[in-house]
Amino acid sequence: MLDPAFLLAQCISGLTAAMFLFIVASGLSLIFGVLRVLNFAHGSFYMIGAYMAWQITRWAGANSVSFWIAVPGAALAVALLGGIVERLFLRHLYGREELYQLLFTYALVLILGDVARIVWGTQQLTVARPAGLAGGLEVLGIVVPHYNLFIIALGPAIALACWLLLSRTGTGRMVRAAAQDREMLAALGADVGKLYTLMFMAGSFLAGLGGALVTPVRSIVPGMDVDIIVEAFIVVVIGGLGSFWGTFLGAIIFGQVLAFGILIFPGFSIFAVFVLMALVLVVRPSGLLGREVKR
Amino acid sequence: MRPDHQVRRIPWAVLVFVAAACVPWLGSRFYTFLATDIAILALFAASLNLLLGYTGLVSFGHAAYFGIGAYTCAILMKTYGMSFALGLAAATMAAAACALVFGAFCVRSTKIYFSMLTLAFAQIVWAICFKWNSVTGGEQGLSNVPYPNLGWMSSLPMIGSLRAGDHYYLLVLVLVGVAFACLKRIVESPFGSILTAIRENPERAEFVGINVRRYQLASFVVAGAFAGWAGALFGIFNRGVFPDFAHWSKSAEVLIMAILGGIGHFWGPAVGAAILILLNQQINAYTQYWPLILGVILIVLVFVFPRGVFGAVHAGLQRLRNRRHA
Repeated sequence: MLDPAFLLAQCISGLTAAMFLFIVASGLSLIFGVLRVLNFAHGSFYMIGAYMAWQITRWAGANSVSFWIAVPGAALAVALLGGIVERLFLRHLYGREELYQLLFTYALVLILGDVARIVWGTQQLTVARPAGLAGGLEVLGIVVPHYNLFIIALGPAIALACWLLLSRTGTGRMVRAAAQDREMLAALGADVGKLYTLMFMAGSFLAGLGGALVTPVRSIVPGMDVDIIVEAFIVVVIGGLGSFWGTFLGAIIFGQVLAFGILIFPGFSIFAVFVLMALVLVVRPSGLLGREVKR
Repeated sequence: MRPDHQVRRIPWAVLVFVAAACVPWLGSRFYTFLATDIAILALFAASLNLLLGYTGLVSFGHAAYFGIGAYTCAILMKTYGMSFALGLAAATMAAAACALVFGAFCVRSTKIYFSMLTLAFAQIVWAICFKWNSVTGGEQGLSNVPYPNLGWMSSLPMIGSLRAGDHYYLLVLVLVGVAFACLKRIVESPFGSILTAIRENPERAEFVGINVRRYQLASFVVAGAFAGWAGALFGIFNRGVFPDFAHWSKSAEVLIMAILGGIGHFWGPAVGAAILILLNQQINAYTQYWPLILGVILIVLVFVFPRGVFGAVHAGLQRLRNRRHA
């Protein structure tokens, strides 16, 4: 049962899942941290990202670079969509009760879900693995696909890049200030409205990026939006909503528990995750790395 | 937001109840079907409003308790051959018990965290219903849930000649009516006033010596129990229970019903349930894209009528009354 090859395979698959989740959940956490809006539609943005990636590879044709055009292209398209949503609708809801923000983003879930069904149909779509990463690496008798290794390397790289952006640049400083006290920042003459739009676009970009990157591994189906948003919620609850490294930690824990939960609850490994979430909430209601929220 | 405590000159609730009781004699199976659907979901939405409108807690996972009620009653009646009365009682207790456990976690968090946790717990319930094949029937759910034995109704005058569906509808109407009466008593009791105080200002409520969390939890349990009651009735009405009952889209749907009708009024959610079901019925005849339409309705609600139908009508009436007094 405790065959090292099996353990390694589970660990790798857990890490890969964790990195996809991290990319998506970090966007959710970022938007919440700055805008204080819990975006239900984040999963829908992820789904749109996946469909856009499929669409772009379709347009670009079957060649070695099409996937590498599709990924940033899809992420940018989703970022644009996010910008439009923020500018036209969301910004009018900042002063209102959370209930209305939640309902608005839920309305987006409904609308985007149907729009995707109208545009792309309900059949499963798949995207081939990019040419350079189609092979695999043999370790301990199991084959680890190169693509999974690429994702496992990409996740921490994105985390590091985001962290550097937030902690070392002027814009990052503004973002952190906005998360602390938006009125004060506005009083100091910063264009908070523009900053909010930018952050919402950045968060949406991450959702779209996650969706585009996941296409070679999972097929694109209606309903993937709801699956990922619930998982992303659990990740940020475990890690601490609004905490960047908390999200990273939460994603890794989520992935590993999901992968190894099979050993404890065969067929029900999702329960292991829920049990973990309940435990974290008992011990630290604001998440592992979350701070106690003011007000 | 404030529940309306004005003296009603016309007993609207009684009138609506009597009118609803006449539906089977219209003779259409379809009308009875719609009326049953509306009655049950009206109760479901009203139970949510105890949290939403009275206690000020935004639950995004209320369908969990509806689903637990539906599954408990259906499993007891189908698998164990128990009577409906026992099934209904057990369903209500089970929903209340789960609400107590989940609620204990949820009320520790506030605002958005509360909403997220209720959602996450509801998804656990959904996942259990979806995966536990041997008990819940898994993805296929449990179909052919037996009707309660309503043979005694056939021997009653007037009612005897009606169809089985009509008999069940009358039973539902009575049970929903009882539940509504209980809910009304609860919100008008001192307990209900404390919930309102908590909604208005939790800190101040804490200062005057109210254990806010305990009252929130109590409200959560009561709301869960009534959702379970509604769920049990719905499972039998639907002749089957499915994992979708506990899905977050169901939670969102009931939330939309409540907002659509108006969470500031006791009867608002019930009216919202009726409107949404009738609308769904109409629109489904034209298009399969009901979620798209629902999304658009929701956006209009959020931006134009945040107080719902009741809020809008109330504001209109108020304006008329003021004009008359002026």
